[in-house]
Amino acid sequence: MTQKIAILIETKGARVKPAMLGVITAARAQDHVLYGLVADGAGENHRDTLARFGVEKTVNLWGGGAGQKPGEVAPDALARAVVQALDHFQIDIVFGLASTKGKDLLARVAALWDAPLALDCLSVDLDNDIITKTQYSGKTIATFRLSGARRVLGLRPKVFPAAAAPTSGEVLNWRSDVPAGPLEVLSVESGDPDDVALSEADIIIAGGRAMGNGENFQVLKACARALGGVVGASRVAVDSGWVPHTMQVGQTGTTVCPKLYIACGISGAVQHFAGMKTAEVIVAINQDPDAPLMQGCDYGIVGNLFEIVPLLTKALKAPSE
Amino acid sequence: MSIYVCVKHVPDSAATITIRDGRQIDETITFLLNPYDENAVEAAVRQKAQETDTEVVAVTLGKAGAENTLRSALAMGADRGLHILTAERQDSMVTARALAAAIRQDGVADIIFTGKAAIDSEGWETQYRLAAVLDLPVVSNVTELSREGQALTVVWEGDAGALQTLKVPLPCVIGASKALNRPRYPTLPDIIKARKKKIRTVDLAALDLGRPAGVLELLDLQPAVENRRAKILAGSPEVAVDELVRLLREEAKVI
Repeated sequence: MTQKIAILIETKGARVKPAMLGVITAARAQDHVLYGLVADGAGENHRDTLARFGVEKTVNLWGGGAGQKPGEVAPDALARAVVQALDHFQIDIVFGLASTKGKDLLARVAALWDAPLALDCLSVDLDNDIITKTQYSGKTIATFRLSGARRVLGLRPKVFPAAAAPTSGEVLNWRSDVPAGPLEVLSVESGDPDDVALSEADIIIAGGRAMGNGENFQVLKACARALGGVVGASRVAVDSGWVPHTMQVGQTGTTVCPKLYIACGISGAVQHFAGMKTAEVIVAINQDPDAPLMQGCDYGIVGNLFEIVPLLTKALKAPSE
Repeated sequence: MSIYVCVKHVPDSAATITIRDGRQIDETITFLLNPYDENAVEAAVRQKAQETDTEVVAVTLGKAGAENTLRSALAMGADRGLHILTAERQDSMVTARALAAAIRQDGVADIIFTGKAAIDSEGWETQYRLAAVLDLPVVSNVTELSREGQALTVVWEGDAGALQTLKVPLPCVIGASKALNRPRYPTLPDIIKARKKKIRTVDLAALDLGRPAGVLELLDLQPAVENRRAKILAGSPEVAVDELVRLLREEAKVI
């Protein structure tokens, strides 16, 4: 029987999240039919994008039409609906994005299935069911094999490159009929639709101890705008109450994998480094030439961030020669 | 109320990790209570303040040394400990089943707290498996929590500011986020008192676990190697910044 692979498609606003395209690419294998499971009822709108990357079947979990807003469904009901669809379509392998919501949903599916789960993978060898991921605060790379009739994989955002592989795609409307409960949704905040999640950002500029207070983060915000990136923070800045916890990069914050990570006034303790070490390019701006990040960066400038960052913002805005 | 909190004995994130035989790490380094589990213990102990006649039991699956982590939880205010003794590291599927079996054997839980992930295995899954085995509702990445009678109101965080507020009936499993609370620092009297609190030990082999339907098998462990250019840009701030922008555009090609 043809092997099938399901991909839990995360959408943002009206579109498939860009980070999903790398996941779909990684899930492609010979003779496998890809099913993209969509929870916003807008499978018709997503079909062409998904088909361009090899997804033959786009499945609306809640049926076609408006459907329910995925953010308004309780996470347990969503997981049960996903499992019901997987069982109906006889799919035993699930891929997803290891975003915060993705990690929750994938773990629920794996738990309901009692199947092995690999979250936050850095590489996937589908033919042999082998993945790699970090362990021990990001200091080691572990190679695992998933054995069992069913497998669940969550891929670290931004790590897997996207490559088109156009196929014809059709939309299937599956009507999930799982009962609600026991979790009950009391209220929902969707967040700013234009806000890029830290874990999915391409460019991040982050501030640490040297920032001094919350208002000073405006300096980084201006630079982020010039870069087209987002602002992050180290644990010190969060613990000091300068910025919200959602901005924290690091072991007990968010793990990020941007093309460019600019660390301003961050010493680079192990716990912070664990959260950003897979960035493609790391820039360190610090007054202390012996700060760990100065050895752990690609490019470093020893100096006062309040002098350097505004100069950087200005240089970025100047027309390039 | 009967509250269980699952804690894990993990390497200090500041410790140097040395790999032996391509699969195990040298364990003669500092181990401590998993950071997210501190938030879980704190959440459990705060429930005691709300309701008298509440017992908090700290549970761990670990080798002999894991007793230290139980003592840390006891010093934070847990009443007694439950140590499932194992000679080897176990994966999440076994861990969840062991915790469930030990808790079931011990009593009837109203709330089970865990941390949202262990910093060594980075699995992010044990709380979900534990809940599935016990057939309990679970919410993880919880950043706010309050209790009204036989239900909790919790907030859990998604990405980019997305939040859901949920009502969770008891009994349930809750995975604590770092933002949930600020864990207390035990005082010296707390630590001394903790030495006298009871820890019951049960062998993993003595628990009836059933058989998980699959395995995540560790094949290899390697150090993560860092190979950064570490190019420090010299000159005045203006010169250094201009050079940085040039390098980012032309050499690294990231902007």
